[in-house]
Formats: sequence, C-alpha cells, structure tokens
Amino acid sequence: MKKHQPGRWGFIFILPWLLGFIFFTAGPMIASLVLSFTRYDLSTIHFVGTKNYERILFDEPLFWKSLQVTVTYAFFSVPLGIAGSLALALMLNQKVAGERIFRTLFYLPSLVPSVASALLWSWIFNADNGLLNYTLGLFGWGGVEWLADEKYTLGAFVVMSLWGIGGGRMIIFLAGLQGISESYYEAARLDGASAWRQFRNVTLPLLSPVMFFNLILGVIGAFQVFTQAYIMTAGGPNNATYFYALAIFRNAFEYFKLGKASALAWILFLILMGITALQFWASKRWVHYEGEAKS
Amino acid sequence: MKKAPLLFFLILLSVVALVPFIWTVSTALKDDQEVFAFPPRWIPETIQWGNFQKAWTALPFTQWVINTLVVTLACTIGQMLTGSLVAYGFSRFKFKGRDTLFGLVIATMMLPGQVTMIPVFMIWRELRAIDTYWPLILPAFFGGGAFNIFLIRQFFLSIPNELDEAAMIDGASYLRVWWQILLPLSAPVLATVGVLSFIGHWDDFNGPLIYLNSPEKYTVSIGLRMFQDSYGSETNLLMAASLIHILPTIVLFFFAQRYFMRGIQLSGLGGR
Repeated sequence: MKKHQPGRWGFIFILPWLLGFIFFTAGPMIASLVLSFTRYDLSTIHFVGTKNYERILFDEPLFWKSLQVTVTYAFFSVPLGIAGSLALALMLNQKVAGERIFRTLFYLPSLVPSVASALLWSWIFNADNGLLNYTLGLFGWGGVEWLADEKYTLGAFVVMSLWGIGGGRMIIFLAGLQGISESYYEAARLDGASAWRQFRNVTLPLLSPVMFFNLILGVIGAFQVFTQAYIMTAGGPNNATYFYALAIFRNAFEYFKLGKASALAWILFLILMGITALQFWASKRWVHYEGEAKS
Repeated sequence: MKKAPLLFFLILLSVVALVPFIWTVSTALKDDQEVFAFPPRWIPETIQWGNFQKAWTALPFTQWVINTLVVTLACTIGQMLTGSLVAYGFSRFKFKGRDTLFGLVIATMMLPGQVTMIPVFMIWRELRAIDTYWPLILPAFFGGGAFNIFLIRQFFLSIPNELDEAAMIDGASYLRVWWQILLPLSAPVLATVGVLSFIGHWDDFNGPLIYLNSPEKYTVSIGLRMFQDSYGSETNLLMAASLIHILPTIVLFFFAQRYFMRGIQLSGLGGR
C-alpha cells in the first residue's frame, strides 16, 4: 500500500508555505531587526547602533502617545467586543424562530470593507448632520464633536468597532455553543443548577478555549488598527487617534525613516509577544480543555 | 411565548446593525440640499438614482473595479489552491519536523504584519515591482495564509483516510487524491476560505496604498480614498461610491452563505 517515501511528498506539498514563510516572514523579520539598528531612507543606509530605540523610548513623546492610544483602545474594544459577540451567540443559541435570518443580519456589518466603513461612520459621527447626534438629540443630548474633540474620538472608534460584533467571532462562539453536549446541562439541571449557574459552570468553562483564541487574536488585531485612523481622523485631533500602526506607516512611507519605523515595528512585536505570553500563562487558570481533569 | 422578549430584543439589535446601511443608502439617494436637511428624512423626496452614475463616472471606477477583481480573484484562487495543497501535506503525511512546522504556521497567525512590511516592500522595490500587482498577488500563492491552512487541514482530518487509500490502490497519484478525492469533498471549507479570501483582498487597503502609485492602477479601496479627497464634501456621492465598494462582498456572501457558515462549524473551530 505504502508508496516509496510518502513523507517526502508531504514535504513537497507544504513547500509553498515554507518558501513563503522564509521569503515573506522569517527573512523579513530578521531584516527588519537589522534595519532597526540603521538609519535608512531608501537611498543611503548607516549603522547607528541602538540610537533608534533610545530616541523612541526616551526622546519621543509621540511614541508614548501612540502606545497609550492603542492600549486604551484595545483595553475597551477587545473585552466589550468579545462580551458582545458572546451575548449575541448566546441569544441565537436559544432555538429562537428565525435564527438564521438574525445570524445573517448580525453578520452583514463585518462584510463592509474597512474604507467604506470608515467613510460611512465618519458621516454617522458628523457633528452637525450625523445620525448619531440627531438620535441623541431626540433625547435632549448630542452636539458632540465625535471626531473633532479629542475627548470623544477614541470612544467613537470603540463604538464603531462594536458594529462588527456579529462577525466571524460570533459565528465561532455560536459553533462552540452548539458543540456543547446537551447532557451536561441535563446533569446540571438534575443537580438543581439555576440558569446562571449553568452558564457559569458549564457554558463558560467549555467555551473557554474559544474565548482564549478570540482574546489572543482580538488583542493583536486591536494593536493593528490602521485604516480607520488613516481615513477618518488622520491620527487627530491632537493625536488622539494616532494609533501605533499609523505611527509605523507614517515613519516608513511618509517620512521615509525606515530604520526608525523598523524599530517601532520590533517594539510592537515584543510588546505583543509579551502580552500573548502573559495570556498563555494566565490561561492555565481559566481555560479548560475537554478531556482534561478539572483541577 | 416565553421567547417573545428575546425575539423583540433580537429584532431591536438587528435594526441597530442595519441602521448604518439604511442611513448610507438613504444619503446616497438624496440631492445636495436634502443631505443636510434637518430633521433628516429617511426616504428622500425625489430619489436620485443618478448619484450612483455621477459617483461612478466622476473618477475611473470601472477601471478600478476591474483592477480589484483581477487582484482579488487571483489571490482567492492562489489561497484556495496552495492553501489546500499545504493542508494536504500537513494532514495526510508524516515527515520529520511536521508538527514543529505546523506549530510555526499557527504562530504566524499571531505575527503583526507591520514587522515584515518594510523589508517585504524593499524586496519588491529591488525586483522593480512597485506600481505593479505582483506584490499584491504573488504572496497569496505561497500557502494561502495560516488561518486558511488551519481551516482546511481541520476539515481534511475529518475525511476518512480509507478514501485516499482506496483511490491509491486504484493507482491514483498523491496529486490526484488531493484534486479528485479531497477537494470535491471539501466544498464547505473551500467556500469558507474562498469567501474570506475574496472579502479580505477586496477590502485590502494597506497593500495597494503602499504598492500602487498610478491612479489608473488603483483598486477600489484606495480609489475610494481618492474620491474622499476630491469629493469629500459631496456626502451623497461619497456614500454612493462607498456602496459600490460594499455591494460585491454582500452579494457574494448571500450566494455562499449556506456553505460558509457550515464550513466554520465543521472545521471544528467551534469545538476545541
């Protein structure tokens, strides 16, 4: 049955990925690390040691600003987004009439391309004629300069991100919920567990691997927000939406400081590695894998 | 009847999800004055279908849509083909280092694109490929992205090995098994990958922004950005142009929907 050396064929089949990994991922990562120790403007290149890093960390308030903007955004948008997606999935999982239609309607916003979405929300947030201020006006509020007043801009970005809670993440949660065997709930009910206790002690633990997956990718995604900031506010007002990815882009492709931009990129990479490692470490306390003895 | 409050709440949420669309369509169909009318009217007094034509012809949208379709379709084909080939390698063969390499595939999902962006740009610049579609298309033919490989591999693992073996007893080659046994059985996951890939590339802004310079080579996403610069004050036209960008993904989604949802569920992502 076994043909000669099937293993070699396996290796041949994964070769496209391996080559792509070498030329578009691993190689460029190393190159970007090397670049981060240089001053490079697409024509001349000088080795400058750790000067880029020193300057970024000790001599550039904008770096700290962009980090603060990005972390604040992630801090609100990721937990709210995950909670929102989970809530939608839980509702849809109640065998309610028209589940498929609701699922489709909730999914639609995540199909909107990011540039179109940015333009559409700019119009909704428009201070004078926007839908949001009009709606708030009906309740006697409003008049907020959503995209021009630095107190509100980041909040507007978080609200905009919540439009997408019915997207892929919700579908993944829903699939996870549907994968939980009914017998667990029956057992819990026999023990007299309330709906809340069933959620707390059956649903959440069994869903925790999916939560963990969404949390990791959610944080990484939040650190890469770019298009919205580029289109809607160009980082303003007063750098209130100067997201980290925008800082990298500007330094690289507008100021042509490619060495410094590479250093920024590597700092981002190290930060995300740190956060991700921390999450993996913390996950031992709250993520349960089925078939694993509960501690 | 117990579910009535839930149903009501779901309807309310659907309305919230849809309102931005309705608002956009409504704005796109208004004339210049009515856009700024207060209070806003949901249904325009006279529906300005001409706005779509105006937006479409103000800038070369026909060219941009063709450009974007070429890039997007090429990338989608590349990701489906090489993604499933790589997934075949990872799911059906044992070789040295396989699990380590698959771990690397998963790890790259967590890699922010910014870290590789600058050197990759330099490579394409060295190859004199700036302002061409190569930097946008070619990477899609190298494995098709970690998430896609993961999805397809999960799906392949759920297909019994006996099918492959039976085909090979009949003398089929490995490539034939992939093409004639596995792929036809994998419609749900391939549709999922296809839709995600199409939407992802149709949406792509960063790539065209960095690599394309000549307006006649633009894709819709950066074309729309140019439209914003030139006609930003004409909100009705801007919304009409945005709808041009939105519509194809929604149409595609409705066609592939049935497969699409099943693909994500079957691939076991929902499970563990």
